[in-house]
Amino acid sequence: MADLIGLILNLGVPLAMIAVALVSGRMIESRHYRSIREREATLLRLPAIPSRAWDGAREVAEARMVTGSVVVSSDYFRSLLAGLRNLIGGSVRSFETLLDRGRREAVLRMKEQFPEADVIVNVRIETSTIGQQTASRRQQLGTVELIAYGTAIRYVGTPPPSL
Amino acid sequence: MISDLILTNIDAVPGRQIVEHYGLVSGSTVRAKHVGRDIMAGLKNIVGGELKGYTELLGEARNEAVSRMCAQARELGANAVLNIRFSTSSVTAGAAELYAYGTAVRVD
Repeated sequence: MADLIGLILNLGVPLAMIAVALVSGRMIESRHYRSIREREATLLRLPAIPSRAWDGAREVAEARMVTGSVVVSSDYFRSLLAGLRNLIGGSVRSFETLLDRGRREAVLRMKEQFPEADVIVNVRIETSTIGQQTASRRQQLGTVELIAYGTAIRYVGTPPPSL
Repeated sequence: MISDLILTNIDAVPGRQIVEHYGLVSGSTVRAKHVGRDIMAGLKNIVGGELKGYTELLGEARNEAVSRMCAQARELGANAVLNIRFSTSSVTAGAAELYAYGTAVRVD
C-alpha cells in the first residue's frame, strides 16, 4: 500500500505538472499572442527602427529615451520538450515562440511609453538569462529578460495621432 | 523614466546643439530577489508566461541605475545624457547587476 502511494506520488506529481503546463501554457500563449496582435495593430503608425537617423529637416518638439522590458519563462512541459530536443538537436520551437512573444511584448511596452511620438530611432533589443536557483539546472534556461530601448522623437506640427 | 535630464540613446539630442561635454557617467545597482517573489516565480515556472514580479523588480532596478547615472551627470553640471547603453549580468544565482552608462553633455 505504501509502495503504491509512493509510486503515485513519484509518477503522478510530474505527470500532473506536465498536464497542467501543457494546457495552461498553450492557453496563456494564445491569449498573449492575441493581445500582442491587437496592440501592434493600434501602434502600427509609430515605427521603431534600428537606424540612428531621423528627419533633420523637420523641427523636433520632443526627444526622449523610452524602454520596455519583460521577463518570460517557459512552462514545465516546454522545458521537458526542450530537454528531449537536446538529444537529437535541431530548432527548439517552443523556445522560439517564447522569445518571439517576449521580444514583441518588450517593443510594445517601449512604444506605449510615448505613443504620441512619430518615430523611435536606434532601437536596441537585448536578451539576458536570469540566473535562477531551481532544483534542476535544465529549468534555468527557461527564464529570460528581454529589454527594448530607443529614442522616441516627436516632430513639430504633426497631426495628433488617432489613437 | 522620469528625469529632469534629457536622455537619449543616440549621439545627439534632436533639435538641440551640444555646447559642453563632460565625459562618461554611469550608474549601477545589484539587486537580489526576495524569497516570496522567488516562490511565486517558481510556481509560475510550471505554467510559463510572464513573471510579473521579476519584470517589476528589474524595471525598478534599471530605474535606480539610471537615476544614479543622472545624479552623477547633474553633479557635473550636465543637462542631458546621450548614447545610453544598458547591460545586465547575473553576479550570483540570486542577484543581478544592472548597469547604465552614457555621455553627459550640456545642450542649449
